[in-house]
Amino acid sequence: MNAPDIVVVATGTANTASVLAGLARAGARPRLARDAADIDGARGVVLPGVGTPHAALAGLAAGGLGEALVRRLRAGRPTLAICLGMQLLCETSAESPGVAGFGLVPGRIERLPDRVRVPHMGWNRVLPDDAGPAGLVQEGHAYFANSYRLTHAPAGWRASFVDYGGRWVAAFERGAVLACQFHPELSGAWGTALLARWITGAAEAAC
Amino acid sequence: MLTVRIVPCLDVRDGRIVKGVRFQGLRDAGDPAARAALYEAQGADELVILDVAATPAGRGAQRDVVRAVRGVLSIPLTVGGGVRSADDAAGLLDAGADKVSVNSAAVREPGLIDALAERFGSQCTVVAIDAARDDAGGWRARTHGGGEDAERDAVAWAREAGERGAGEILLTSWDRDGTGDGYDLDLIAAVAAVTRVPIIASGGAARVEHLAAAIRAGAGAVLAATIFHDGVTGVGDVKRALAADGFEVRP
Repeated sequence: MNAPDIVVVATGTANTASVLAGLARAGARPRLARDAADIDGARGVVLPGVGTPHAALAGLAAGGLGEALVRRLRAGRPTLAICLGMQLLCETSAESPGVAGFGLVPGRIERLPDRVRVPHMGWNRVLPDDAGPAGLVQEGHAYFANSYRLTHAPAGWRASFVDYGGRWVAAFERGAVLACQFHPELSGAWGTALLARWITGAAEAAC
Repeated sequence: MLTVRIVPCLDVRDGRIVKGVRFQGLRDAGDPAARAALYEAQGADELVILDVAATPAGRGAQRDVVRAVRGVLSIPLTVGGGVRSADDAAGLLDAGADKVSVNSAAVREPGLIDALAERFGSQCTVVAIDAARDDAGGWRARTHGGGEDAERDAVAWAREAGERGAGEILLTSWDRDGTGDGYDLDLIAAVAAVTRVPIIASGGAARVEHLAAAIRAGAGAVLAATIFHDGVTGVGDVKRALAADGFEVRP
């Protein structure tokens, strides 16, 4: 099987080099998305993201990148959203008041409580919801670097959880659409295996 | 539960590791990428590369090292040394760093911390503080590899760094660095009391008990260089000992 065409959306603020390297280690031959046509045409799209929602969304508004992302997310086409990328799929964020996210799933992103050190920085145990169907994310330790989090799992998605200042959503997924608060590209062998499963799913998904 | 992080550090100059020349199991002990891969295989949770002689002329070599290490590393990579501007940081991130550490330039121009946090996010912005004990029972920040007095109270500077948007404080005891006498626990506790930002303890580690004591004092991560360099004590050995001591570690 040839490596599927995977493109990474550069928001201008992300650790894009790490994401490209992680995908390559997992068996893909990724490239940067140049325009909305790349996002429409690729077999799989990765939306990384660090920084603030308003800066990332402003970067995506140019050239219709955000609209192309929403098109493929609504169609359930293989897409991986990482960290801030995951938060952009929600409705709003306390980090950028008044700025609308993509609204693919309901929910508002809230800041972590003051009783814990913020950012949540390091490795924490991810536990998939046992009640739901099997999915891409398996139990294990993932690397996180976040100050904000999604508290409630969106209905209709398989969720995984993590505990830090309370229990919140580490990832949600449906088919080959996977959104992770943690960084699979920095999560060692566990993260590389997760990326490989998503890439395989992207290769097998019907376009 | 968030695990404690074991963070080996590579001191690099002109693309080569400059400390720890004896290292078993490596053909070339001075190659950063080979050493980085070995540390990850041993269970390191992150890696820090400090370019001890970073100059404008050496910028290209520094990025080449980051690129080579990134290619083999699937854990977070922090790079510091000679970072003077947001554009310097961007160059390191483009080469494959996940976080950038600033020290002297931030003391000179504290707004650099705000600029980095705004452009790349707090989780990417590490402020390194070299702290030396003073005669009044406190600590003074030092810059330029410890060679200059920054004329700032180190604890107050740590608090300000957090307020300006630092995502981590890399806190090195100038008095303990290289001594093997253990971390300066009073320093860690003093900084932990004034900021909610995670602390990486550095300077003085020689034994597992030192790492455990730093964590108890308030550090979320412990950085060590010398302890791992002779190849006798591996990262895995340290994590097993910490786990036996009741600490949560990544298996």
